[in-house]
Amino acid sequence: MKPAPFDYHAPRQLKEAAELLATLPNAKILAGGQSLVPMMNFRYVMVDHLVDLGHVDDLRGIAVIDGHLRIGAMMRQRDLETSPELARHCPLVAEALRHVGHRQTRNRGTIGGSLAHADPAAELPAVCLAFDATLHLASIRGLRAVPFREFTLGFMATALAPDEMIAAIELPIWRPGHGFGFHEFARRQGDFALGGAAALLDLGAGGVVRRAALALFGTAEQPVRVDAAEAALTGKTVDSRAIHAAAAAAWLIEPISDIHAGAEYRRHLAQVLSARALVDAARRAGVDI
Amino acid sequence: MAKQATRITVNGKSHARVVEARLTLADFLRHDLNLTGTHLGCEHGVCGACTVLVDGRSARSCLMFAVQANGCEVTTVEGLSPDAGLSVLQQAFVDNHGLQCGFCTPGMLITLTELLRDNADPTEQEVREALTGNLCRCTGYAGIVKAALDAAQRLRDGSGA
Repeated sequence: MKPAPFDYHAPRQLKEAAELLATLPNAKILAGGQSLVPMMNFRYVMVDHLVDLGHVDDLRGIAVIDGHLRIGAMMRQRDLETSPELARHCPLVAEALRHVGHRQTRNRGTIGGSLAHADPAAELPAVCLAFDATLHLASIRGLRAVPFREFTLGFMATALAPDEMIAAIELPIWRPGHGFGFHEFARRQGDFALGGAAALLDLGAGGVVRRAALALFGTAEQPVRVDAAEAALTGKTVDSRAIHAAAAAAWLIEPISDIHAGAEYRRHLAQVLSARALVDAARRAGVDI
Repeated sequence: MAKQATRITVNGKSHARVVEARLTLADFLRHDLNLTGTHLGCEHGVCGACTVLVDGRSARSCLMFAVQANGCEVTTVEGLSPDAGLSVLQQAFVDNHGLQCGFCTPGMLITLTELLRDNADPTEQEVREALTGNLCRCTGYAGIVKAALDAAQRLRDGSGA
């Protein structure tokens, strides 16, 4: 028994969970527990109350609503990984999920938990950023919608108020036939990435880029969109030269430096992985490069 | 509410206990039920030694509280063997030098039991990817991978031997 003592609450309704979170002192949400419980075992985190969302049915499910894929925050990563809806409408997310931890942790870990934890090396926040996802946050004040660009505020910091939780994630669905690419580099499959890139490409006639999205993770203190790369590609005919010129814009980001990798190396990885992700996206959109 | 009434079915047998909320599932199995086959290595979700099946899905029992498993069916390494002898996978570990000190073995067996259940004919790459969540410091993994592929073959052949 390693964590400090706490009281455990297992609400069945979202409203009940919001009330517990708003009224109990020093309370925290337990989603899948694959990041929180290690921190509790180390006693980095000590809570007086743990509110387990595992029995709140309203927070599960996946559905297409008005051109968006709406995913309940408590959907387990493994269930998403094997979801036909996700594979059909947002295959980039399915591809990214295979890199999230290990199967044992994906069986428990949730999409909402990963987003709320906001680890800079995590895959799911970067994918949400690439999609310009909207998060629906719940509290006793009701629901509010937050664009993902306004959700992450820095190193493991988010726009969540202390009494708020993520209820659902909404991903705008790209046109059928769009391309996607996802590459990361880690010392071992499932380890924290030293760098990674997620790309989406929508191509028109003749391989002209109608729309591009490129997001990096494991590089800076929070996932970043490479706006300059997207602008450089949009309206151009996609080929190897255009992709490598666009990926070079990843040079502009300010990477972190730590015991796992220095800033220069991460900057190098960011460019290489951006190019690989964009090439995959172009190929999947039907361009032969 | 620091203590909770909890009922968990472990290897087919139902257990009702009042437990502290902070008791991990791993400690519940080892201390309350004396099922010490589930090993605890790192206790923060890295080594995989404590892996068990919760409702048929592999999970790190050091990263779950026993109260979260209320109403669940848990399978530990003790639940993998038939009444007499070893499971096909366990026998393949013996035959292929899949273990040396044995500390990581319970987690390895659970992880591979799930893999072989869902994928009867895994490639070596798929076996190695499945095993990335389990650390072994003795074998260099070669024997473990060989045992997994051998067990898959034996299960497909239906010989079980």
